[in-house]
Amino acid sequence: MEVLASLGDGFSVAFTLQNLMLAALGCFLGTIMGALPGLGPSNGVAILIPLAFTLGLPPTAALILLTSVYYGAMYGGRISSILLNIPGDEPALMTCLDGYPMAQKGRAGEALALSGVASFVGAFLATWGLVFIAPQLVKVALLFGPAEYFALFTLAFATLGGISSTNQAKAAFAAALGLGIAMIGVDGQTGVPRFTFGEVHLYDGIDFLVALVGLFALSEVLIFLEHRHGESEASAKKVEIGRITPSLSMLKYCTPTMLRTSVLGFVAGVLPGAGASLGSFISYSMEKRLVDREGTFGTGDPRGVAAPEAGNNAAAGGALVPMLALGVPGSGTTAVLLAVLLALNITPGPLLFTQNPDVVWGLIAALFIGNFMLLAMNIPMVGMFTRVLLVPPRILMPVVAMVSFVGIYGISGSSFDLLVMVLFGVLGWLLRKLDVPLVPIILGILLGNAMEANLRRAISISDGDWSVLVGSPLAIGLWVIAFVGFILPIIFGAALKRRMKLAASKEDEGELVD
Amino acid sequence: MSDRILGGTGIVLSLFFIWQATLIEISPFSDVVGPSAFPIIIGVVLGLSSLYFLVKPDVGPEWPAPARLFEIVMAVAVMVLYAELLPVLGFIIATALASSYLTWRLGTRPLQSVLVGVLTSGGIYLVFRVILGLSLARGPFGF
Repeated sequence: MEVLASLGDGFSVAFTLQNLMLAALGCFLGTIMGALPGLGPSNGVAILIPLAFTLGLPPTAALILLTSVYYGAMYGGRISSILLNIPGDEPALMTCLDGYPMAQKGRAGEALALSGVASFVGAFLATWGLVFIAPQLVKVALLFGPAEYFALFTLAFATLGGISSTNQAKAAFAAALGLGIAMIGVDGQTGVPRFTFGEVHLYDGIDFLVALVGLFALSEVLIFLEHRHGESEASAKKVEIGRITPSLSMLKYCTPTMLRTSVLGFVAGVLPGAGASLGSFISYSMEKRLVDREGTFGTGDPRGVAAPEAGNNAAAGGALVPMLALGVPGSGTTAVLLAVLLALNITPGPLLFTQNPDVVWGLIAALFIGNFMLLAMNIPMVGMFTRVLLVPPRILMPVVAMVSFVGIYGISGSSFDLLVMVLFGVLGWLLRKLDVPLVPIILGILLGNAMEANLRRAISISDGDWSVLVGSPLAIGLWVIAFVGFILPIIFGAALKRRMKLAASKEDEGELVD
Repeated sequence: MSDRILGGTGIVLSLFFIWQATLIEISPFSDVVGPSAFPIIIGVVLGLSSLYFLVKPDVGPEWPAPARLFEIVMAVAVMVLYAELLPVLGFIIATALASSYLTWRLGTRPLQSVLVGVLTSGGIYLVFRVILGLSLARGPFGF
């Protein structure tokens, strides 16, 4: 068992006092960020990347901190779903359906504890899946030449909108915008400046961290400012927590559900274009169809809490498979994690497993450790996390803005970068209003140069023959998947999205309309 | 309507982008593809997708009323001012001013906002400068 030996080495990397402290800190911060409405895993990790970077942490330590934040945020998203009926992030939407009714019956503590356990089961099994599947995918990826990589990048962009995407033209627009931004700066292969308009600051290109923090964090502040007279004060109402340990019989009752949905969620996470939101949605729908004989789903059935939580955390783990093995993320949060790796000068992909095994396996070991920490933290300390929800956004959002500025200023110490960040904040706000997804923009900025380099390498090798791009069965296969992945949402996307919305709004009647 | 404007802007942007791409000087050591080809492909994708929602726009979003919009413009102006003044005033003063303003505009009473702003600034300084040792902008007073 070569894999287990590597994993053992990973644990020896992760088990230092500093790394364990960082994992605990990351889990704690992540849970808080996930719990706060409006600050999801993407925003949370985005704000912290520049900080981890400027603190000069070594790559493995920084990765451990940030992936703990990622996992923590996936756990935390459920807290506001259950207590306030406001999902902390999109995947936590389905947890509202049974979690909030449970809270209303005075079983909030049980729902929180059960969802904590379900999150743990999902994430734990998915991490095992990652351990065994990622190395297999690496073997396939080692067969890829530049032409296949170019096709793979196209596939990532084509499927990123996901099958719940409503407007593929807007996803394509966003991807092109991101790729275009990546082109700014000196061309790596010939040394000529492109799109710099003589501005020296632009010769290095636009730092993706600046774009990332601006698009995600600052635009969030602007959105809050716009909806100031919203429901922000309503969150202060007190909910009875009740007992915070789930009974053994309830856990036993939910175990088959958790196991099934973990597998389903993991598969949804690995597949391109699905991601955690879909993972939790199909997990909930499948369980409802399988076990809901008395029609209790939607009225506070514990299995309805366990299913989406196990599914969404398993999907989060599954999404790491293509990100680590291929260097191509399949979802928004993994795109942000890719940014983490690139900021640390680590290029994910098949070579990472052979060249930096300590980073890969240290990271995977950190995921296991983080998982246990989150479970330990979440059961007894859940009452403390619920108190975080009482901090009003009017105080919180300025803090978010200021911490964003600190992080970016810390990297370069230049006002120019801060101005670019504000510009991206405004752009992010405008595009969010217009329903243009932001993740393809980030991915375009991240992958643009690698994508172009692969294209030019492929065509240089073939002496200028562009047909090399479809020159192998593997490449053709990737193009076909990309094409289907782009077309499918146009046919099914609107219907699926409508069903997800409907399922969320119909919770009072407890009916999922098919 | 909003989508039409976005589409129009996108097309202008893509034409400008392609035009700029053709102007990139070709170095004598260039590879077969050269530095202009990929940007032109991107420009075409950008143009085509813009054309799509110029022709077939979605239902537009609800834009904020002028007063709200002014609020956002002012917040952006404060952020720009913050970026410019950070090296001049130093971290603590600039941050206290900016976060007081934002807290106030998000609906806190003025006096309380100043307090929150000062505490935010001091808190960030304490955590990031004193504990974590990050280099923040230094003003005339050394902080």
